[in-house]
Amino acid sequence: MNGEIAAILAMDGIASGAIYVLIGLGLVLIFAVTRVIFVPFGDIAAFTALSLASLETGGRPGTVGLVAVLAILATAVEATALVRNRALHRLPRALLFYLVLPLVPAAAVWFAAGTTLSMPLRIVLSLALVLPIAPLLDRIVFRPIADASVLLLLTVAVALHFALSGLGLMFFGPEGVRTKPLTDTVFDVAGLIVNGQTLLILAASIAFCGLLFLYFEFTIQGKALRATAVNRIGARLVGIRPTSTGTIAYLLASLLAGISGVLIAPVTTIFYDSGFLLGLKAFVGAIIGAMVSYPVTALGAVMVGLLESYTSFWLSAYKEVLVFGLLIPVLLWRSLSFSGTEEEEAEE
Amino acid sequence: MKNSIVAAVVAASLGIATAAQAEITVGFVTSQSGPGSSIGVLYDRGMKAAVEYASSVGAEKVKLIQLDDGSDPSAATRNARKLVEENKVDLLIGTATAASTSAMVAVANELKVPMIAISPISVAANEAGDRWAIVMPQPPSLMVKIVVDRMKRDGVKQFAYIGFSDAWGDLVYNGAQKPAEADGLKILTNERYARTDTSVTGQVLKMMATKPEAVLLGGSATQGALPPLALAERGYKGPLYGTPALLNTDFIRVGGKAVEGVQVSAGPVIVAEQLPDSHFSKKISMDFRAAYQKANGMPTSDGFSAYSFDAWLVFLDAAKRAMATGAKPGTPEFRVALKNAIFSTKDLVGTHAIYNFKPSDSYGVDDRALVMVRLVGGQWKYAP
Repeated sequence: MNGEIAAILAMDGIASGAIYVLIGLGLVLIFAVTRVIFVPFGDIAAFTALSLASLETGGRPGTVGLVAVLAILATAVEATALVRNRALHRLPRALLFYLVLPLVPAAAVWFAAGTTLSMPLRIVLSLALVLPIAPLLDRIVFRPIADASVLLLLTVAVALHFALSGLGLMFFGPEGVRTKPLTDTVFDVAGLIVNGQTLLILAASIAFCGLLFLYFEFTIQGKALRATAVNRIGARLVGIRPTSTGTIAYLLASLLAGISGVLIAPVTTIFYDSGFLLGLKAFVGAIIGAMVSYPVTALGAVMVGLLESYTSFWLSAYKEVLVFGLLIPVLLWRSLSFSGTEEEEAEE
Repeated sequence: MKNSIVAAVVAASLGIATAAQAEITVGFVTSQSGPGSSIGVLYDRGMKAAVEYASSVGAEKVKLIQLDDGSDPSAATRNARKLVEENKVDLLIGTATAASTSAMVAVANELKVPMIAISPISVAANEAGDRWAIVMPQPPSLMVKIVVDRMKRDGVKQFAYIGFSDAWGDLVYNGAQKPAEADGLKILTNERYARTDTSVTGQVLKMMATKPEAVLLGGSATQGALPPLALAERGYKGPLYGTPALLNTDFIRVGGKAVEGVQVSAGPVIVAEQLPDSHFSKKISMDFRAAYQKANGMPTSDGFSAYSFDAWLVFLDAAKRAMATGAKPGTPEFRVALKNAIFSTKDLVGTHAIYNFKPSDSYGVDDRALVMVRLVGGQWKYAP
């Protein structure tokens, strides 16, 4: 191994790490605000890639049906809850948020199918299509059990992942897809060949990290999200509604997953069940960040990418083993250095 | 008196039953839904073509009962049981995934029904030491051997290997070791990547460092194109070799220029129209394609549907000899006769191979079952 090979591997590792950063940040965001370890998160990324691919071939993505079914279910759940609470005056608002808004992009895609769209339009459409999935799932599945223990929420999330990948198979079929590259440009940096695609992934990842930072530091909504993450009851006392912060967290996180799906679609073949492994590797990064720290999660995710890249050179057959084996020392270190109070118990 | 009437009625109904049972019943399971359906649907179309081609043994019509296993091994087991116990089939044929096929073979061994497997699996004999199942496809080791032999003919002395980090990658690597040793070739690397990987840069850098004269690809379909793309990026110009798992339109689409000229082993039916007239597979393959067109209303060039077709040919040939023994279809005696007939199949010409089955082995093909094809301008060309 010489310097050049090391540099190529480092670049490769940072590129795949950047994808894990986006997904890892989303995982932490959702967990911090809602205490749900959102296992199907990788599936959202895969669904974006699959939607993009079927828009590219002029087909009608299966996500349309998925969103429609989820929107109708969520509306029914919300309407029942409102009727029970005798809060009928809030019904129009519920209809707007749970039925009309999610169905707008779905309808747009439905009518656009068959026509050739430009690349940016395709990307925007598939992102808009995928965005409502996680918030709708939250309304249907997680909100009724919002106060349950973390373990129960995790179990439900795992079950939800299996349901989603089953639906993915139904809507997208068993074939894998790969979209056209976003850019064909190649740069020569000090003798190293750098793909435009790699730079794009890096740029997107850095840009979204920056945007998230600005959002959390300088907007009321961002501060409300942080407040909910720090202390749910305290946040409630000062007038922050955990349900709406939850929805915002899911929307934001879905955007991150969607972006990573768009970025990864031209680099690899995405199958209906590819999301799980993607999410799992990002989860390793999130564990390194103890599911609370955004910067450490980002660092951890890049580390996973680098580890993957170097092990693929030395011991390619054991790559996955080593990546997931990384969890053991990290968890040991985490539990040995753990000194804070158990938040779970403090709440109950 | 009353008893005798009852007896007569029972006897009559039994008589009807045995008359109805005289026709041979075949149970066919394939995956028309689920993750295996991309191949399972091809098996289904191949079977439709086979029935279109011939549907009787002598004067006896053959009844085909088809079930979907949804790519689920437990459903395949249930289907196989149902076919044997309720429909009293004389033969099982199936199915698309290796796990489901092995599950069906277990049922066939237990209930003592002959079975023709159309997915490449390894079949063990049952506890009593006899086999009830044969396997149609070429064994993976043979697929690789033909490729290694071709490398030797092309003057390659050493080559690098990269394949999936799963059972398929192992099959190709292990299959390459023995012929490589026999042919005096050196395998330089055993690099692996996962089907879900986005990059194989690390593996390819390591392969390039060994300066290989050729590269053997142990991937499949779309993700099989990942190493050739990375190799081209790193300036590799040598020849590429692969297995039939790369015979896939997505591989060509994604690989583009990087996979041009790749040579893979393939069943002769893949390039049927390019075969010389003297080739055994030419006539039967063209007949198969005509029947496929007629039965499904579309042309074919895949190899999977031809496995169902060949399975049907083996069955028809064996059933003729089993009928000659005088055993009645639907009885255990007929199943044994059919099994014995299948395992004594001799020089039966199919689209993929000339089949010879022996009781000691479930595979019945030889070197003739594979030809080399080369990708030229996005088309597979016969390369004798």
